[in-house]
Amino acid sequence: MSVIVTDAGFATTDWAADLGAQDVLTLASDTNPHTVDLSAAPKLVRVEFPSSADGRGFTIARVLRDHGYTGKLRATGHVIADQYAMARRCGFDDVEISDDLAARQPEDQWKFRSDWRQNDYQSRLRRA
Amino acid sequence: MYKYSEFDTAFLAERNAQFRAQVERRIDGSLTEDEFKPLRLMNGLYLQLHAYMLRVAIPYGTLRSAQMRQLAMIAEKWDKGYGHFTTRQNIQYNWPKLRDVPDILDALGEVEMHAIQTSGNTIRNVTADHFAGAAADEVDDPRPVAELLRQWSTDHPEFQFLPRKFKFAVIGSEADRAVIRAHDIGVQLVEQDGKRGYRILVGGGLGRTPMIGKVIRDFLPEEDLLPYAEAIVSTYNILGRRDNKYKARIKITVHENGIDTYKELTEARFAELKPQFEGVDQEMLSSIRAQFAAPAFRNAPTDDFDAAYKADPVFRAWADTNLAAHKVEGYAIVSISLKKHGETPGDATAEQMRLIADLGEQYSHDDIRISHEQNVILPHVHKSDLPALHAALKTLGLATANIGLISDIIACPGMDYCALATARSIPVAQEIAQRFDALKMEHDIGPLKIKISGCINACGHHHVGHIGILGLDRAGVENYQITLGGDGTEEATIGQRTGPGFSYEEITDAIERIIRAYLEHRTDAQETFLEAYRRLGADPFKAALYPDKAEGKANAA
Repeated sequence: MSVIVTDAGFATTDWAADLGAQDVLTLASDTNPHTVDLSAAPKLVRVEFPSSADGRGFTIARVLRDHGYTGKLRATGHVIADQYAMARRCGFDDVEISDDLAARQPEDQWKFRSDWRQNDYQSRLRRA
Repeated sequence: MYKYSEFDTAFLAERNAQFRAQVERRIDGSLTEDEFKPLRLMNGLYLQLHAYMLRVAIPYGTLRSAQMRQLAMIAEKWDKGYGHFTTRQNIQYNWPKLRDVPDILDALGEVEMHAIQTSGNTIRNVTADHFAGAAADEVDDPRPVAELLRQWSTDHPEFQFLPRKFKFAVIGSEADRAVIRAHDIGVQLVEQDGKRGYRILVGGGLGRTPMIGKVIRDFLPEEDLLPYAEAIVSTYNILGRRDNKYKARIKITVHENGIDTYKELTEARFAELKPQFEGVDQEMLSSIRAQFAAPAFRNAPTDDFDAAYKADPVFRAWADTNLAAHKVEGYAIVSISLKKHGETPGDATAEQMRLIADLGEQYSHDDIRISHEQNVILPHVHKSDLPALHAALKTLGLATANIGLISDIIACPGMDYCALATARSIPVAQEIAQRFDALKMEHDIGPLKIKISGCINACGHHHVGHIGILGLDRAGVENYQITLGGDGTEEATIGQRTGPGFSYEEITDAIERIIRAYLEHRTDAQETFLEAYRRLGADPFKAALYPDKAEGKANAA
């Protein structure tokens, strides 16, 4: 089982649980985001993080957003609380972690990072 | 000089609070060691041979006196009373305790400093020409651009877990005093048809596979810098290898894919990113530039300098080696050597740091630089102040007249501190410096750069030393390989290996044989070692290094 993390903390239910297979696209961390076919307009794209040290998923998310994907984006796998703000800033909507990880890094550690809009050099440098 | 905005201050306070919590969460088990490691690294904390090491960023090598005093305070309060200045314009503390580190970071924050991204697979401290703003040959001061890049790269959400570390260096002149060709991205301020822009190099680096950076854009318009840099790194994050850490640097990515393919992918990504930068970064750059405005230079006579130069041979020797031309008449750029013969290259005691701070405040418009060659620079000193400055430097062993000479050696920490090292570097540097000091040959030899690395990772930049020394481990015994002809300037060249290495006991003698061969073969005292090597090739030096072999060859013939 897994836990979905949003800005509000640990979600009690997963809104995506009832989605059909055709609505969900899961991408491995070695996916080249520039060639992902989004023509089927998935409602949810899940990007896998095999290890918290593997940062490819952050670029995958940003490229998908830059290519116009407006559906939900989820980071799934070994994402730690310290990476929550990075994930949100790169365009992910939520993070899916294992029960074990959720037990080791309880909700308060994730909420500590939920104000991801604060103190963000990037948004400061980009927008007028 | 740059003063933190409210934003910078708030960011840093939050970041330090986060790290404090991360240390606690490591202790309570919330974070595993594998998870904690990249987090401590991106906050500058290494685990070394004997203890933790904290690497503090000195962005573009620039310090105010108050910052230098705080570095001295930290050295005394939380370390053993000294710090070590590195080849990437950082200062390292070798003995902090983990539980003290959050307090050290707060103390740094008080003077607008940090240790963010000085380690780990992130974009590292952005370095720059240590003569920036003072050199006569620059298009413009490169530091404002380096500060913009610092802000852009700090906590960049996409680039905190790259395949490998990633280093930027920025210069503002054709002369390359920051080794940009050995950086992942090198940025050179240029002017074309009256317009400012940048020459961008990519894929340089030393380490076990040395490569000279390749030009990816000969002229990048000024406003495109951040989206272009982002496109390069974004491309690397997807394309860079993660299966082998020795093949993970961008130099390998560019080499394996070819610069043309790499450029094509970068340009495609750039086209997507460019519209996201709406120009506010350029407004910020102008306001940063205003903060780097040149100080009010004074027009005063230099009689005191001229008199001391005539009267005092010790002052004259120092002035001849340690001063560089300043863009303003009557001023000089002063290099303070941290390479006193027999001392550890790059080390400074708290007392020395405080003296440097005082002198920087009094004589250099509160502007102090750290060079990648591990020396300190006072960039704006009026010549009339030089005799007094020199006298003050002498009191704490800071007046060594050896900048650019054989004892001005770059050396990595080596096996004395580093867990990766395969050989000692510091004692080799000390012995070479003392040997040539004892022989009183240093000034006769003239400009010569010796660079020493204690392992194949090449932190001591041995590949670009005129004489490079690489310390390896051969079956448990230190073995030192020599390379010749390397050059870290705009004519960047990787040095060539001479042949079999030498033992720890033999290496200083070997260097002396090279030097004696140079003195014998040079056309005159004007021909530098590097020029002589380029004219002669390696043969006369190899003959001097391996006399038995040369004899054997002669006999065979």
